[in-house]
Amino acid sequence: MNAAAAALAPAPVRASFAGGFAWAFARDLRLTLRHPGETLLVIAFFILVASLFPLGVGAEPQLLQRIGTGVIWVCALLAAFLSLPSLFAGDYADGTLEQMALSPHPVSAWASGKVAAHWVASGLPLTVLSPLLGLQYGLAPDTLGVLALALLVGTPVLSLLGAACAALTLGARGGGMLLALIALPLFVPILVFGAGAAEAQAAGLDPTPHLSILAAGLLVALVGVPAAVALAIRIALE
Amino acid sequence: MTMANWFYFASPSTFYRLAGRTAPLFFALALVLGAAGLYEGLVVAPTDAQQGEVYRVIFIHVPAAWMSMWIYFVMACYGGLSLVFNTRLAAMMARSLAPTGAMFTFVALWTGSLWGRPTWGAYWVWDARLTSELVLLFLYFGFIALANAFEEPRRGDRAAALLALIGLVNLPIIYFSVKWWNTLHQGSSVSFRGTSMHVTMLASMLLMALSFWMYSIGTSLVRVRSIILERESRTQWVRGLAA
Repeated sequence: MNAAAAALAPAPVRASFAGGFAWAFARDLRLTLRHPGETLLVIAFFILVASLFPLGVGAEPQLLQRIGTGVIWVCALLAAFLSLPSLFAGDYADGTLEQMALSPHPVSAWASGKVAAHWVASGLPLTVLSPLLGLQYGLAPDTLGVLALALLVGTPVLSLLGAACAALTLGARGGGMLLALIALPLFVPILVFGAGAAEAQAAGLDPTPHLSILAAGLLVALVGVPAAVALAIRIALE
Repeated sequence: MTMANWFYFASPSTFYRLAGRTAPLFFALALVLGAAGLYEGLVVAPTDAQQGEVYRVIFIHVPAAWMSMWIYFVMACYGGLSLVFNTRLAAMMARSLAPTGAMFTFVALWTGSLWGRPTWGAYWVWDARLTSELVLLFLYFGFIALANAFEEPRRGDRAAALLALIGLVNLPIIYFSVKWWNTLHQGSSVSFRGTSMHVTMLASMLLMALSFWMYSIGTSLVRVRSIILERESRTQWVRGLAA
């Protein structure tokens, strides 16, 4: 290309993964901060469902201690899942998603940015609040720590896998229930190892194996799932 | 130049005829193999020393469980083919396999619970195999629901194909996670495959598995024929068929 043509061309946005990620992350985070209600609803749902269990199964401290970690994990899973439809649906409905797909950044970059912002708005608050709920269930302090740590490592995987499923169901009939049907079975391993870590700690065993596997799952998901999310978005935009 | 055209049967119209010609053949094979397998299993095979006659449900149960996993694998492969080469027929094959796979998963669970009641004393235990088979059933349901959730059939094809691939990666992880979860909780209390199997039992099981396999091919061919007709209803050759 000669110098004159280069001078005439508009200043190009340099396509990069980091650029697309940072842009989408900042945008979605700002949107979340402008509408804090949705995040608060997720948190309220999480606490509400966790408080229903003692009413249903009885309030004996031993029983609650026994089921506490599992209940909190299932509630976190449901809460993270409930906020999934809003991840892409709004942008899909008003055409923003198509404009984003036209940007020079790779789809997986800005999709990952959106997922990261979703995690900050849903997974992170649940992680921070989980020790409080654990106290309600009478869990020991060291178990609370492991529970929060397991949620910290596990909830990003939920957001990633859930994002792929949310993108797949864009524009589908029966949105919410369909999303539950395809996403929840994929969450099973996270639930097993996440709840297993805290439970091992409560039983006096070493929680490190569970946490290591959870962390390994997070690394694999970080590498593999953004490509699947990008493909799912491309399918939705065809 | 006379080179074999590998894509000749990738066209729905040619495959429609091929499927119509071969489907009865697979059904006949399924019938013969199934009759031989049932004879071998119900008449020839000896009574089990520990479980008596009730073990004979194995000749349905295990082949159904094998087929449930194999069909999911084949379905995901067709899904991958349809995504990579953007072929319509591969996606139709994936769609046509899903109900048969779900049926075999259900049969495996159902016969398993009927078998579990007299031998373990419970219709259901949270064993790793049972749990992952249950998850597999939901993966099939999710695939079928997603494939039919769109106005535009191609959109459903591609979304469901990607879901099948994600499920294929996840399925071994699900199996090992529940296996470990189970061993952590209650130990291997339900392992009952201690003794080596009698030759006739193995032969019967293999015959039944082959029979189920042929049946699956036959039904999916019949099903793919109606999917092709539905999708291609506006084309000249389908109108020619109807005329």
